[in-house]
Amino acid sequence: MTTFLGMPHAPRGVGQLRGDEPFPAAADKALADRQLRRNLGHATATIRDKRARAVAEVADWEQLRLAGEAIKAATMARLGEHLIELEAAVTARGGHVHWARDAVEANRIVTDLVRATGATEVVKVKSMATQEIGLNEALESAGITAVETDLAELIVQLGHDKPSHILVPAIHRNRTEIRDIFLRHMPGVDPDLTDDPRRLAMAARAHLRAKFLTARVAISGANFAVAETGTVTVVESEGNGRMCLTLPDTLITVMGIEKVVPAWTDLEVFLQLLPRSSTGERMNPYTSTWTGVTPGDGPQEFHLVLLDNGRTAVLADEAGRSALHCIRCSACLNVCPVYERTGGHAYGSVYPGPIGAILSPQLTGIEDNASLPYASSLCGACYDVCPVRIDIPSILVHLRGEHVDARAQRALPSPEALAMAAAAWTMAGPRRFRLGERLLRLGRLLARGGRIRRLPPPLSAWTAARDLPEPPAQTFRQWWRTRPGDGRR
Amino acid sequence: MNARDEILSRIRTATGPSPVIRPVPRDYAVAGAHAPGAPELLDLLAERLRDYRATVHRCTPGDLDATLAEVTRGWRVAVPDSSAITVPGAVADRPALSHADLDGVDAVLTGCAAACADTGTIALDGGADQGRRALTLVPDRHVCVIHADQVVQTVPELLRRLDPRRPLTFISGPSATSDIELDRVEGVHGPRTLIAVVVGPAGTTGNNVHREQG
Repeated sequence: MTTFLGMPHAPRGVGQLRGDEPFPAAADKALADRQLRRNLGHATATIRDKRARAVAEVADWEQLRLAGEAIKAATMARLGEHLIELEAAVTARGGHVHWARDAVEANRIVTDLVRATGATEVVKVKSMATQEIGLNEALESAGITAVETDLAELIVQLGHDKPSHILVPAIHRNRTEIRDIFLRHMPGVDPDLTDDPRRLAMAARAHLRAKFLTARVAISGANFAVAETGTVTVVESEGNGRMCLTLPDTLITVMGIEKVVPAWTDLEVFLQLLPRSSTGERMNPYTSTWTGVTPGDGPQEFHLVLLDNGRTAVLADEAGRSALHCIRCSACLNVCPVYERTGGHAYGSVYPGPIGAILSPQLTGIEDNASLPYASSLCGACYDVCPVRIDIPSILVHLRGEHVDARAQRALPSPEALAMAAAAWTMAGPRRFRLGERLLRLGRLLARGGRIRRLPPPLSAWTAARDLPEPPAQTFRQWWRTRPGDGRR
Repeated sequence: MNARDEILSRIRTATGPSPVIRPVPRDYAVAGAHAPGAPELLDLLAERLRDYRATVHRCTPGDLDATLAEVTRGWRVAVPDSSAITVPGAVADRPALSHADLDGVDAVLTGCAAACADTGTIALDGGADQGRRALTLVPDRHVCVIHADQVVQTVPELLRRLDPRRPLTFISGPSATSDIELDRVEGVHGPRTLIAVVVGPAGTTGNNVHREQG
């Protein structure tokens, strides 16, 4: 095994990296929800087409992907040096840098910083890192209200729902459901609100306008941070990001340590790869970059919180570490046949889809997300669209191996291990094999319409997620003996 | 051990004593087919801006004042405190206008630092004719003047013209969202109307099609 066992994972009991139930159980419920499947099918089909068109415009797309992959790999190899350089550059420009070993420490740092300003409400830019650590819940228990300002995050927050997609957390909701959530939960909303997306966007604008103009503290994530200059970048569409990054007095940015890039020129690669891969646009409407504090322009107090929370454990696994290269575009979700049918909630983590199936188990340790590496057909579509060429299928297989290895070390072998051992014994001799074949034919008694839908325990674990074909009436050997002509040569 | 030292120590352990660093292949296109300011780029920029629902006007340097006066007629317009680009009766951001004041004007009028034709992107860097970031964010209309020599073709050319130590804003069309069924809808929190005035030498001002957003 390549995992360095001493490296701490993301702690339990805080944040949103673990589901309440394994993927197959959660997926079962999601698959029964026809509205959900219709919404997801429509949204993912739309975005797949847009992405394909946006990517086809770029003649040097493959060169950009190769550059993106190489920049990320080189960054990880010297991650410590780049973080130290980033810290020095941000500090030199009047910013403050904090280091957080895990979610608990990050939440405490941010809560203390907000408390020090005296504010009881903060505006937030959509951020995966703060979702991951459960920052809103931590702030709430400290008496601080966090207002999500991204439209999809707002829909999720108002509906007391959970995010189900990296880019569009409310992708599981259609326009009519969103209208209903606004009518029920948005204070002062126009009762005649229709489900026209433009009207819905206007309602969000009216709802948040006063908060933006009066907010004193904002919290954001970061898409990239440039080590050599200390420049932090947020990529967005609506302008809620600009509002949060510009108008308040204090800005607190929480960023995973893997988001650092060495040089300003590296952004010329990622600012081409990210928008076309995520929203299928040539360029997203707004990108903001800032370096420390600029007198007379924007927040005069800036804090950057660098978060580990299991990332160094991912880094320690040479075969899995490229999961840290992810730039959160979500193209792999949109092309995944599993994600398209189950949606994001079934994955249990804020990181759903193919990238989540390799990232979440590595952040938490495989035992806490053991079912996720199996939540894939290994078709490889995710690898094809990944703008930084993360070989997700290979890492899925690697993690399955880790899971099997981890179980092999337990005192009691798993039913699957027992079945495999029994099969090995049966297949080791011709007499045993013949007997085994005869026993297999008993399976015909369980079949209905050519399929076995449920086996008795402990074999039921196998049929929980798949049907078995009905065993044939005749084994190959029987057929060989009875075929026309003489089978016994 | 404090958090900083512990995280750095974990990273050292994770990557090992002598990690392999492979060179980054940079054979992607840096320069475009056209030199900055080429007439083809002005056409492409205008086309791409319109594609994302910006309104585009084309004019020559001699026509600029008249064009701006026409575009902003009847509006209360804010301008940066020491901008060379202005219209009669404009409100200067001096002393700094409050957020409520900015919310009350009809439009803001600025220049830009550079623009990228391939993606239809305008970059602001807080220069004298652009002002602080709040100025181009809170008003509901942004009128932005782009001079021909500021227009490059590619994203790498754009970034290499900019100083990352300045606060930068990259704008590609009016504010928009894809959050409802992954369909793009223009006009959320940022300026709902983006009006680009592309200034080029005579003969490059092309088809001056006005496209108001619906």
